[in-house]
Amino acid sequence: MGTLNITKAKKRLSNSNLLFIIAAVIFVLMYLFSIISFPGSFMQFQTFFDLFNLNAPLIIMTLGLCIVMIGGGIDISIGAVCGLVTMACAVLLESEMGSLWGALLLALGIGIAFGLLQGYLIAYLEIQPFIVTLAGLFLANGLLTTLHKDPINVTRPDFVALRDFDIVIPWLGTKNRLDIFIPCEIKPGVIVVVVLVALIAVLMKWSRFGRNVYAVGGNSQSAMMLGINVKRTVFLTYVICGLTAGIAGFVFIMTTGAGNIGNAAGFEIKAIASAIIGGTLLNGGVGNLLGAPIGVLTLLIINELIRAAGVQSNFQAIISGLLLYLFIVLQSVIMSLRDKSKFKLALPPWLKLPWVKDRKDAGTKG
Amino acid sequence: MKTMTPFNIWKNISGSKLFFSFAALVSIFLFDLIFIPNFFAIQLRDGNLYGNVIDIMRSASTVCILAIGMTLVIATGGVDLSVGAVMAISASVAALMMNPYVMAKTLSAETQRLINDPTFTFAPFGSVIIAALVVAVICGLWNGILVAYFNIPAMVATLILMISGRGIAQLITNGIRIQIFYEPFSYIANLWLIIPLPIYIVAFMLVLTWFLTRKTAMGMFIESVGANSRSSFYSGLDEKFIKLLVYAFCGFCAGVAGLIASSNIKTSDANNIGLLLELDAILAVVIGGNMMSGGRFTLLGSVIGALVMQATKISMYNLGVPANAVMAIQGAVVLFVILFYSKQVREF
Repeated sequence: MGTLNITKAKKRLSNSNLLFIIAAVIFVLMYLFSIISFPGSFMQFQTFFDLFNLNAPLIIMTLGLCIVMIGGGIDISIGAVCGLVTMACAVLLESEMGSLWGALLLALGIGIAFGLLQGYLIAYLEIQPFIVTLAGLFLANGLLTTLHKDPINVTRPDFVALRDFDIVIPWLGTKNRLDIFIPCEIKPGVIVVVVLVALIAVLMKWSRFGRNVYAVGGNSQSAMMLGINVKRTVFLTYVICGLTAGIAGFVFIMTTGAGNIGNAAGFEIKAIASAIIGGTLLNGGVGNLLGAPIGVLTLLIINELIRAAGVQSNFQAIISGLLLYLFIVLQSVIMSLRDKSKFKLALPPWLKLPWVKDRKDAGTKG
Repeated sequence: MKTMTPFNIWKNISGSKLFFSFAALVSIFLFDLIFIPNFFAIQLRDGNLYGNVIDIMRSASTVCILAIGMTLVIATGGVDLSVGAVMAISASVAALMMNPYVMAKTLSAETQRLINDPTFTFAPFGSVIIAALVVAVICGLWNGILVAYFNIPAMVATLILMISGRGIAQLITNGIRIQIFYEPFSYIANLWLIIPLPIYIVAFMLVLTWFLTRKTAMGMFIESVGANSRSSFYSGLDEKFIKLLVYAFCGFCAGVAGLIASSNIKTSDANNIGLLLELDAILAVVIGGNMMSGGRFTLLGSVIGALVMQATKISMYNLGVPANAVMAIQGAVVLFVILFYSKQVREF
């Protein structure tokens, strides 16, 4: 019976995976480019790990945002929620009844509370997600500043121990100028990132909920026809996004050890940009969760490169904006090439170059 | 035949697009009437009016103007996140044209005197205003081209200018906060002709936009593009060009708002002018009863929405609520108002 020939159907790469691969290639190219141009700093392993160490909250937030964006929504409150969580945790830890577990519970609680509120308004009351989360941003930001105005440095011994805790990799590291071997260090936040990436990627790839999110984001009408509970799926995406924002807040304070009004300010914009670079489309239905960390790292490397090149700080914003623009155009070009439609810019007649003739015109005239 | 029973009249009123925004404004004012003594007191000083209500209108003027432009953009089904950055750009251009000498590293005594001279301006006042507005319109055109002709989602396309716009504004002034001493420029926000000049500017912009959209076919075109851009294309509209025009107009509004904001503080502060105002403007438009998905729009509603936001803020200040908490209360008010726009709540 073993002679049965099974010819595998030729599988077409899905849009999500294609965009993910593009993002990954871009990331690798960017990193190679930075190694070539600044071999002294980018060759060190610690530089690579520091990208994770310092930006673990952003990666976690982007993961949650990706789920929402795949489901066809948007959440711009995550930065403010993350900031609120750091401040609330700092206030709790500095008070007498504070404990580490209490702070962790508080972080998760605040995140889930925002997720529940916004998810309910968006999924069941059908209010535009942009507006609801914008109001959520105002609410979280206001609560953050109301809670405490001044920066709080958490000085609890058990928390400080957690903050300063580093996982040392003894076999990996660099020698400094005095020939002393310095091993690489990883913050515990990175472990959280790795676990969450694996967990959420598996959830989105193989669980029923994950596939439902893709279906709803692709076309909510036909998802409903298939018998998917659209409202509950959308609701759950926002709850998970709120939860990740809460975790991000806890990781944030675990890294910096202080509550501050400026914590995580503007992270929502960075997260949206990273998600887009990572291959998640704003229209919904397309995206790979592994693209989220790749997108964040690409964005960070761009920033690091600009900083390493010593460009004036005014240019940094402009250059990252322009690069974002490049990625988006690249994505749209590739997507339309893929649809076998001829890519053409829909330029107005007065912007068209005079010597480029429309093929259609030539056909009708000739 | 419909009879005018009280029920029908109520249905007409509550079905109106303006009803909820207007009701929100009235209920905030009622709240003030009860809880804050002398909230509505208006003083007459030197023939000019001063008071809380005037103050609300004056400080809401930038958001009102932004909201007017944003209404049209949202009506076409888009959104413009870059208006805050465009405000900063137009303010920087204006400040630089009035006083380019501050860019020099060392100042001679003569230029020092010129800089502090309230009657000195490098470029004539009119050309300063025109240049600032032209630059703002160019920013709007950039957004419009990306959205209409490159088919990039509006939120992503304007996000680019939102991120890089502040960098551009800083680049124009070389990162310096230019103080503006030129006297006529400060009149834009600080002159009182019985009521402050910004209120007249808002009224002018509102009437102008209303005239352009409601007395020509433009408003209908915009609504048609927002409701269904493909079908408006098939019915012969150049829907891409209409989108381009709308974004350019939104840029123009942001330019005007930027001039008012910088004139108010007599500085071009590239970092802080218009910071987060794009969010205020979007909220104002939504409170005004416009759908984010596009389609029909009401300009007056957006202006009332901006007033609701500002009235909440000023009432809270008057109550003695710390400035920190006001943002949270604003968020709660917005959440409460938009609840009424949900179909489920309305049917309930």
